[in-house]
Order: sequence, then C-alpha cells, then structure tokens
Amino acid sequence: MTVTGRLVEFVAALREHGLQIGPGETVDAAGAVSVLGLADREQLRHGLAATLLRRSGHEAVFDAVFDLYFPGSTGAPEAARGVSTIEDLREALTEALVAGDSELMAQLAAEAVAALGAYGAVGEGSSPGAGGWSAHQALERLRPQTLIARVAERMASGEFADRFARDEARSRVEEFERLVASEARRRVAEVRGRDRIARYSVPKAVDHRDFVTANREQLAALRRTVAPLSRRLATRLGARRRRRRRGELDLRRTFRRSLSTGGVAMSPAFRKPRPGRPDIVLLCDVSGSVAGFAHFTLMLVEALHDQFSRVRAFAFVDATAEVTSLVADNDADPAGLVERILAESGVVRWDGHSNYGRALRDFVTDSLDAIGPRTSVLILGDARTNGGDPNLAALRQVVGRAKRVYWLNPEPRNSWGSGDSATDAYRTLVDMYECRNADQLTKVIGSLLPV
Amino acid sequence: MGFFASVADVTEKLASVGYLASPAVATTVFLADRLGKPLLVEGPAGVGKTELSRAVAAATGARLVRLQCYEGVDESRALYEWNHAKQLLRITAGQDENWEETKADVFSEEFLLPRPLLTAIQGDEPTVLLIDETDKADVEIEGLLLEVLGDFQITVPELGTITATRPPFVVLTSNATRELSEALRRRCLFLHIDFPDAALEERIVRLHVPDMDETLATSVVRVVGALRAMELRKAPSVAETIDWARTLLALGAQTLDEDVVRESLGVLLKHQADVLTAAKRLRLDSVLR
Repeated sequence: MTVTGRLVEFVAALREHGLQIGPGETVDAAGAVSVLGLADREQLRHGLAATLLRRSGHEAVFDAVFDLYFPGSTGAPEAARGVSTIEDLREALTEALVAGDSELMAQLAAEAVAALGAYGAVGEGSSPGAGGWSAHQALERLRPQTLIARVAERMASGEFADRFARDEARSRVEEFERLVASEARRRVAEVRGRDRIARYSVPKAVDHRDFVTANREQLAALRRTVAPLSRRLATRLGARRRRRRRGELDLRRTFRRSLSTGGVAMSPAFRKPRPGRPDIVLLCDVSGSVAGFAHFTLMLVEALHDQFSRVRAFAFVDATAEVTSLVADNDADPAGLVERILAESGVVRWDGHSNYGRALRDFVTDSLDAIGPRTSVLILGDARTNGGDPNLAALRQVVGRAKRVYWLNPEPRNSWGSGDSATDAYRTLVDMYECRNADQLTKVIGSLLPV
Repeated sequence: MGFFASVADVTEKLASVGYLASPAVATTVFLADRLGKPLLVEGPAGVGKTELSRAVAAATGARLVRLQCYEGVDESRALYEWNHAKQLLRITAGQDENWEETKADVFSEEFLLPRPLLTAIQGDEPTVLLIDETDKADVEIEGLLLEVLGDFQITVPELGTITATRPPFVVLTSNATRELSEALRRRCLFLHIDFPDAALEERIVRLHVPDMDETLATSVVRVVGALRAMELRKAPSVAETIDWARTLLALGAQTLDEDVVRESLGVLLKHQADVLTAAKRLRLDSVLR
C-alpha cells in the first residue's frame, strides 16, 4: 500500500476513536512524512502526533493505533525466533526490569507473546480466525507481577531513594504489561486485519471512558482529569457571566483613561454587573453499581465549589445522609471517598440495595429546607429501584421547591426503562440526561448550570 | 524559515544553549520550522514550555518577541496602538494648516506604536514570536491571532496591510485553563511536553548543577519521580528539581537521608497537604508540623 493510503486509513481509525481530525490535518501529516521520511519510526510517530493531535489526553489512543498501522516489524522479531522456556524468560525479564532497559523489555514482550500467547490453530497456516494471540494468556503464564519483590530487592543500592524501589519496580512491570498488550494487538492485527482490531481492542481516550465499567487504574486516570476539567468549566462559566451584558458607565475609570488623550474620552469604561451564583444540591446514589460515577461527579462539583455560592451533597443507598463535610475535605484521600461515605455516614440502613423511594422520602422529611428558590438539584443514579416504590410524590415535592432539577443517569439511554428501572416514571417529572463519561458530564454540567 | 537542517541539528543546537530536548520536542520543533506553522505547546507548569522558545531564539541568534497574555489583553496591547497624545500634540502644533494635510500626517507610521505581534511581523531579521499563556487571554484575541498566524499579516485600516517579509517562528504556550478554539488549534502543530523521563531529567540536572555528584543526582531524580507518581495537588516540576539539587548542594549534602529530605522538602512541594502526604509515604518519621 502507498504511504498516502496508509496515512488515510490511519486517520480514519483515529476518527473512529473520537479524535476529530480534518482533511487539513491529514495534509499536514503528509507534509510531515515527506519532511521527516520513513527511516526513523519514533520520529515519524512524533511528527504525526504533532500534526494530527490537537489536545492532550489522546496520546494513549494515538500510540496504540500508530503501533497497528505503522508496526515496527511483521511476524516474530529476530530475537524472538528461538524458543525459550518460561524460566529463562522470567530470568531475562528480571534483568531488564532491574536495569530499566525499555528496549530489552520490548523485545522480551515480543518474545513472551510469541512463546506463550498463542492459542488455537495460529501459526500453523490454517484458516484465519481459528486462533490468535492473547496478551492475557501470555501474562498469566509469565506472571511478571510476582517479580516485583525480587526486582525491588535487586534495584536497592543502599540509599534513601530505595524507599521507592517497590513502586518503581511495580511501574516498570506495568510498562512491560502494556508492551505485551500492544505486541499482542499487533500480531492479531496481522492475522485478522487491522481495521477490526483498531476498532475493538484499542483502549478508549480518558474522557470517553465509561464511569461504571472503569477499573481502578482507569478511575485514577479519570480522577486526574478532574482538575483540568473543572478549571475549563469554571472559565467557561465565568466567561459567560462576564460577557452577559454591559453594565452602566463607570465615570471614574472613564476619566482616568481620558488623561492620556488630553481629556478626550476615547474609550468609555463600563461597570460590570455582578450576578448571583446558584446554590446546588446533589443527591447521589453511591451503591456499588454506580459508585464510580457518583464519586467522579462529587469530585467535579466539589472542585467547582467557587462557582456556586453553596454546595450541599447528600448520598444514599437505602437511606439518605448529608455528606457535604466528607466531600469537602476529600483532599485527604480522593480515592477512598465513596468507601468513606459508605463507612461513616450511614447511608446503608437496611439491605444495602439502592432504594430510591425510601431515599427520596428521607430526603424530603429531613432536608427539604436545603432547597430554596435559587437551588439547582442534581440527582445522580441509574433509577433502578430493585422493584421498590419509586415515590413520585416525594420527587414532586423536590421539583416544586427547587429552581431546576436534573437527573444524570450513567446507564446507556437504550436500556432506560428496562427491568426494574423507574426512569420512565421519573422522566415524567424531571429532565434526564445520559451521562456515561467525562466528556458527557462536562457537557451536561456546562450547559445545564444557570449563569 | 529554515533555522534547522535536521532533527539531530535541532537537538544539537538547543543543547548548545542549555536546553536538552526530548526526541518528541526536537522532531516537532523541526517540523514547525520546515512546515512554517506555529507551534502550540501544552503541558504541566515548569516543564520548559516558555524556555523552549527562548532556547530556539538563542540557538539560532534570532530576536525574541514576547506577548504575555492575560485576561483583558486586547488589540491595542497585542497588535498596535495609535499614539494619541503625540497625535494631539501634532495637531496643536500645526494650527494653521488645513485638515487634509493634518489627517494624512497624523495617521502615518510615526504615530504608530507597534506592540508584540506587529513588531514580530515587521522587519527582516529572524524572529521568534512567543505568545505566552494563550489560555489566559479572552476568546476575542484568538480571532485576532488567526489572521496573524494564518497569513502573517496585519491590517491597519489607515495604512493598509502589513505583511511579513520573513515569517517569524511562532510558539504559543498554554496551561489548558481554558479550552482554546478549534480554529486556532487547527492552525498550529501541537506539542505536549510532559515531565522528562529519568535519564533525561538526570542529564538536565547535571547540566544545570554541574558540581553535583553523579549518584546524588540519580537519587534526586528518583525521589522526584516517585513524588510525581503520588497523587499530589501540584507535582514538582523540572525547575523545582533543579532548585532542589541546588539546595542540596548548598546544604552540603553528600547523600540523601531523612534529615536532609525533611529539611528541604519545601523546595519541591508547595502545599502543606502535599508535604504531609509525601512525608507519610517517604516514612519521614516525626513528621513536620
């Protein structure tokens, strides 16, 4: 295939992962290829990234797709052709990890996939689709995690910095696991066709990652997006407020400005009106099924706290409790926020299944005075009542008192109303929005909040 | 255009003025130079975004023109301004000439105050234009930048269009406090500078603090790397690593130990909460107050 054709396919694959790339960028990328040449693969990678990427946070997706479309080699790498035993591999890997030699690690990753990752009829020239290469299987057999202690021990050289040897060893092992995953992807792509693999096995960009199914490490990555996200939202809200309208003429500043023009008022100054900031009340389901989502939203709203005159947070599973103070000092340990809410606030009183009816009743009886005429209420949850009464009367009371009520639902829209979901009943009273990832959450919070 | 001959040339020239560029940085700078496109640099504070443009200017002997953005920076601060006071003086001085003559005279280059963007475009000498903290400026200024960065020209209604005879090498920096517009991003090459890897950071430390012992430099970089892996409010930047290395040197430390680290942790970490977290993780007993 020509380089241009390959480049166009590559761009198409990136687009499928939510990266917005226009034809202009593709032209730039082609320019970069012709300036840099194809000889140095890393240079090519950086060059294409510079021309095709437009913001941070998409590097991981870019790298994974790049490895598929511009592979370092095809088939097994030179070094991997000799068959080695698991013990030999583990020994060699220990050496590489201790030295932190990424090149050797990449080579060993290739070797590991070749020797340990094959399943089915792959490699015997039979029909495609009958087998493949599995990173999971290779890692299962090689068990690099068990090397951490040994590597840490060998890395220690009797200094202060050795206190981190374990952390460093762990992160190197994680890097090795990533290398294995991308090597397996590359090999499968050779067998099955690149497009398919690019579509299904490249991990999603952070802001498109699903809250509910994200694992621990992905949640940590999401958490790191909170700060920039909240800053971005805050400036956007701020800009909207600033621009809203011109205030009255500010005589003092107009005079001051006119001094440099000999008393001629060339540019009048205006006083900006200071609009009030909204109150916000959060009512979050923190049960296991949606905890990741609730956690993330709580953090985002807390990070935005100076955009609101008052933020109060209530959490519930089958009972409701105010958690404002817990959320406010989440500096201590953002990772354990939901665990702390569950442990300290008494949101579980009965069986630990979320019960929207009872939670709403609790909220209305104990804390209805939290809602005033300037309050926006955000309800977070999947509206799965486990068969219980949805208690529409209580929700109606909330809607009646608040300025606005929004419901953010982390479930995909097409499964709303199925099974024990009471979304259809609730939607008769409040607007409900699908909110599955950071991208959607930003949009919803940005567009819904009154200015 | 044409400051650099190859990617290796970029690395070499930047190193000669004390900027150690990673391959990604060198490649992107080379591309920006060759393709004649502005370079948008993002990344955490203190990784050398602003420094990069300074290094490019120093390495190539170009003059550096800097536009520092802030909330409320406007056309008259970024492009040009008429010198009203001088114009008024001129009009008062020429009492008896007719209006036509005065008007023609008062709107000439003599009364024009060039601001950074116009300065960078005027003139024939090689120029590096740094537009610092673009995200701090209001959205309106971006529209202005589009014209300037797209065609390297500025229109002054009374004088006509001024086009650059020698387009400057443009670097925009941003901390992503505000989302820059798509249109602006599309006109730029994008570079995300992250914290350097351990080997590069060690070289940077040894370059800036040449008196430091090699093993101590290694430990310093290891500790900083570990701090960055923790969840801190503000991770230590490269600039802070260098500061810390200097501090250690000043304290006369030969190796890192609990006491030295405890005393000097404040150089690296700027929030009390971070200091406490780090002290706990570093097992610095008798934690600081």
